[in-house]
Amino acid sequence: MTRFLTPWETGLLAVFLCTLALNASFAPEFLTVQNQINLFQLSIEKIIVALIMTLVIINAEIDLSVASIMGLSAALFGYLVNAGTPGGLAILICLAAGLIAGLVNAILIARVGIPSLVVTLAMLIGFRGLARVLVTDNSLGDFPQWFTDLGQKGILGPITLAILLFFVLLVLLGMTLHRSSFGRQVIVIGTNAEVARFSGLNVARVKTILFLLSALVSALCGLLYAARLGSVRGDTAFGFELDIITMVLLGGVSIFGGKGSMVGVLLSILIILNLRNGMGLMNITGHMQTGVIGILLIASVLLPNLLSDFRARKRKDA
Amino acid sequence: MTLLSRASPQTLRLLALGLALLATILFFATQIEGYLSPRMFNRISTSAAVVLPLAVGQAIVIMTRNIDLSVGSIMGVVAYMAGQTLSAMPHLHPVLTVLLCMAIGAGFGALNGIIIAFGRVPSIIVTLGTLALFRSFLVEWSDAKTITTASLPQWLVDLPSANAFSIGDLDVRVTVVLALAACLVTGLALTFYRPARRFYAVGSNPDAAVIAGINARRVVLSAFIISGAFAGLSGFLFLAKFGNITVVAGLGFELKAIAAVVVGGVSIMGGSGSMIGVLMGALLVDTIDNSLTRWAVVSEFWRDALLGGLIMAAVTLDTLASRQLTRLRKGGQQ
Repeated sequence: MTRFLTPWETGLLAVFLCTLALNASFAPEFLTVQNQINLFQLSIEKIIVALIMTLVIINAEIDLSVASIMGLSAALFGYLVNAGTPGGLAILICLAAGLIAGLVNAILIARVGIPSLVVTLAMLIGFRGLARVLVTDNSLGDFPQWFTDLGQKGILGPITLAILLFFVLLVLLGMTLHRSSFGRQVIVIGTNAEVARFSGLNVARVKTILFLLSALVSALCGLLYAARLGSVRGDTAFGFELDIITMVLLGGVSIFGGKGSMVGVLLSILIILNLRNGMGLMNITGHMQTGVIGILLIASVLLPNLLSDFRARKRKDA
Repeated sequence: MTLLSRASPQTLRLLALGLALLATILFFATQIEGYLSPRMFNRISTSAAVVLPLAVGQAIVIMTRNIDLSVGSIMGVVAYMAGQTLSAMPHLHPVLTVLLCMAIGAGFGALNGIIIAFGRVPSIIVTLGTLALFRSFLVEWSDAKTITTASLPQWLVDLPSANAFSIGDLDVRVTVVLALAACLVTGLALTFYRPARRFYAVGSNPDAAVIAGINARRVVLSAFIISGAFAGLSGFLFLAKFGNITVVAGLGFELKAIAAVVVGGVSIMGGSGSMIGVLMGALLVDTIDNSLTRWAVVSEFWRDALLGGLIMAAVTLDTLASRQLTRLRKGGQQ
């Protein structure tokens, strides 16, 4: 890519600046450091998962089970801590559980060869079901003080661990995708898995790594979410996959794989965060916000299609 | 043994499904006291009746290589709107009410279908979006008010306990007959009605279907309209069964419908599947669902975990079996 920003990303940048300007003019407190931190904090777990989801979708796969893995890891943590397990050990067990969940996904997708859409849809139900088994109707709290502090208090000035993690992962995964051979493999497989296989790439290995990473990051984010909220329930993180996939697709990542950039996803994350924050300032309810996100999701795929149709017709006329 | 080897894979799959259903029922009969009773038959049949139309519509969509995640939301919206209409116009004829429900559902389905077929947006994206969108629409539309049984006309309140006919001790409810009729009509159409065969054609090979002169876009659009209409029918049955409708009506039902369809042997890769399979799939899913709540050994919270596992097992078996079959066929040719 020779240009720094694709046309889609330039559009995103313009939309982002507009929402920023609108928000700032609506509420003077919008531009304060605290509001900006809050804005990130309120959806921080989703935007971290969106980063790894970017790689999964560019690889022409999808992981619908991320929110359920988040819920499962949070529920498992609540269960273990309330059963008397030390917090540190519980964290390790939850991350291991995430890896196992990812391994199940990866084996069924990369080895058995079932479409990821089907596998992760079934796991969306299954892992959520396991979370419900662990916490039943209860709400589990009583987390160690240091654990909730990690989720709620800043560690670098006002910047929390989760926000720090987001930016570290943004750079790391961005570099991996755009500057490493593994990233090239992800893109090539996403463009055409058959060609990649015949070119000698280990398609199954790349897909396995991606689904393992996706589940691991999701499990970690489930823990961060539990720490931030201070308690978990059976429906913790329910339905988060919608927001996460919207962020990725709005960022210009093609649902058919092979195309997309971390810059675009970052811009779309900023837009969605600001939109939610702005709608919150305008007293629009959470349900309506979800509806708006749904429209955005459809529009982010529909608009490029209509645009390319329009261009093709113009070329025909000319 | 010769009979088994001569049977088509589709027949074998149905046979396996039937055995699984039988085994499930026998297993729970040994576990739960008074399980094989008319009451339990009623409980399972009326509960499966709500999901069945949803699954029938979903099956047609999946046959065309698409998926409709928005059916649970459509069902909720229709149940609410139908309840509202009936409290405003209590004298609306029952048949008209059902048709109205299906028409509203078809409208929502058409919206999905147009974006998918003519906007070329993958169905998973569109219906994931409308799953949220239709639900938010319901929240706004309802204005936080609940439909209650008290505001519904008497015939609808009586409907769930109305008997169509009895087989021995077993009472078959009107709602069950309605759902079975939807399944039967669709099944017959898919087998004998020529235009309905196009759903299979488009799903098994979209390119070949287009070359054969089939308007694939229109076929996909009609699949989503049908799915919406059946979601509307399920919405009506939901309203009749529960009477009280809140904004969470039908939440998560899309997963139950997909489970029934996939377990019922409709290939997720499109192009194959039968209504008798969908019927058995819906029965199996609901039998497990309803039996687990009364089984003392595991808590009812295992329902979703088992449902997910069941779908995964069905799909995995299906994939492995069909791969084995292709290998055998290739071996035979060489």
